[in-house]
Amino acid sequence: MGFWRDIKGTFEPFWITLGYLFRKPATIQYPEQKRTPPPRYRARIVLTRDPDGNERCVACHLCSAACPVDCISMQAAEADNGRRYAAWFRINFSRCIFCGLCAEACPTLAIQMTPDYEICNRNPLSLVAEKEDLLIADGGKDNAYNFYRHAGIGVVNPRGGNEDEDEPFDPRSLMP
Amino acid sequence: MNTLLLDLVLILVKLGLVFAVILTMAAYLVLAERKILGRIQMRHGPNRLGPFGLMQPLADVIKLITKEDFVPDQSDKLLFLFAPGLTALAALLTFAVVPFAPPITLFGRELPMVVCDLNIGLLYFLGISSLGVYGVVIGGWASNSKYSLLGAMRGLGQLLSYELALGLALVPVVLSAKSFSLTEIVMSQAAWPNLVKHPVAFLIFLISIGAESKRTPFDMPEAENEIIGGFHTEYSGMRFGLFFVGEYISLVVIGALITTLFLGGWHGPLLPPIVWFAIKVLLVAFCFIWVRGTMPRLRYDQLMHFGWKVLVPLGLLNLLVTAAILLALNG
Repeated sequence: MGFWRDIKGTFEPFWITLGYLFRKPATIQYPEQKRTPPPRYRARIVLTRDPDGNERCVACHLCSAACPVDCISMQAAEADNGRRYAAWFRINFSRCIFCGLCAEACPTLAIQMTPDYEICNRNPLSLVAEKEDLLIADGGKDNAYNFYRHAGIGVVNPRGGNEDEDEPFDPRSLMP
Repeated sequence: MNTLLLDLVLILVKLGLVFAVILTMAAYLVLAERKILGRIQMRHGPNRLGPFGLMQPLADVIKLITKEDFVPDQSDKLLFLFAPGLTALAALLTFAVVPFAPPITLFGRELPMVVCDLNIGLLYFLGISSLGVYGVVIGGWASNSKYSLLGAMRGLGQLLSYELALGLALVPVVLSAKSFSLTEIVMSQAAWPNLVKHPVAFLIFLISIGAESKRTPFDMPEAENEIIGGFHTEYSGMRFGLFFVGEYISLVVIGALITTLFLGGWHGPLLPPIVWFAIKVLLVAFCFIWVRGTMPRLRYDQLMHFGWKVLVPLGLLNLLVTAAILLALNG
């Protein structure tokens, strides 16, 4: 009977909406109540340190190369022990889209995403984060990881100081 | 001379009171609607401004007044400026004939608790409520925009669909009250409200008046997701506000009319008459909000089919049966 089905279909929704009227709203009242984002939430970017407290970043530029919006820039430098570091490191959070490609690209786990999502600001210039703003005193997600235990072992300065190592080759000596 | 002055003062006082009460009710119905719709959809609705968001209507008014009063370049300026007022005015004028309490005796003279007790109050209501559609049609025409014109056309088509059924649903009420005066109609419902005596007429009236209020499921003239607000697409600021307030004033008025015509007006046990009246009006308003939170919008050909093929024949049949029964009982 199509007619009775239509009648039922007209009145049944009213009970459903009335039922919903007395349910608790699902809203999270944002400034007062805050949701705890999951640990792998992608928000503010930080630079982490290895277990010895040294900066993990080796200024390889992979993050800035991976960044789709070019919001990461840095200047590479070499320390006295021959290891590279970033002389300055800058993330422009007003351009960042929080895609997480930088953290994926990083070979030393230096650059990581955190769940701190409250970055909004009225002044875009204050969203440009320098290295001092980005560095934290912790190892972040893989706390015990130390890049130099796995790669780049025994680098000395000047180069070629190890037993089985040749002097660095000077390409300018090959001039015709 | 003295009595004339007293009459004038009393009418003005009543007018002012009714005006203030209706506008306040309309403003808070907006809030109530947003809250109830929110809760139906498991949201909170406005709750930021004041306790429970009670200051929200004030903020809305301030926003609407301070917005730019924009008049489109190619529009018919005069009609464009005039149309929103017509809608709100027609809604307000309807309330003039609605009695909200039994007559009281003040200073040794009987004072009817209605702004103007017309002996043809029902016809007045039918006429004025149809005038409200002119606001929609003129506004839509004067905007000189496709969507507005579509909205205006839909408004007219809707008027043609429900108006006849609306009139037919009222005839049984008039038959049993033997009067066109709304006060008399309420008096005739002292024992049983018309809802019990004329259930079919009540149903037809409810659907028709729902169509007249231009609320979901009959909000084809504005249909914000089909024709971008329809007749009020081009309106901004307080002129849009007038359309908006007019809609909620007419919600109050419709509540008052359904109360008067079918729910027994001010009659009720224990509580004072005016409280009963207010309770019934708010109940009807809640039902309309509930309907809005439940039903989807019809197409206007569906409404037209329903109006002409179901409501009008049903109304005629109902009228015939009611008249026959009344004749058999009385004659």
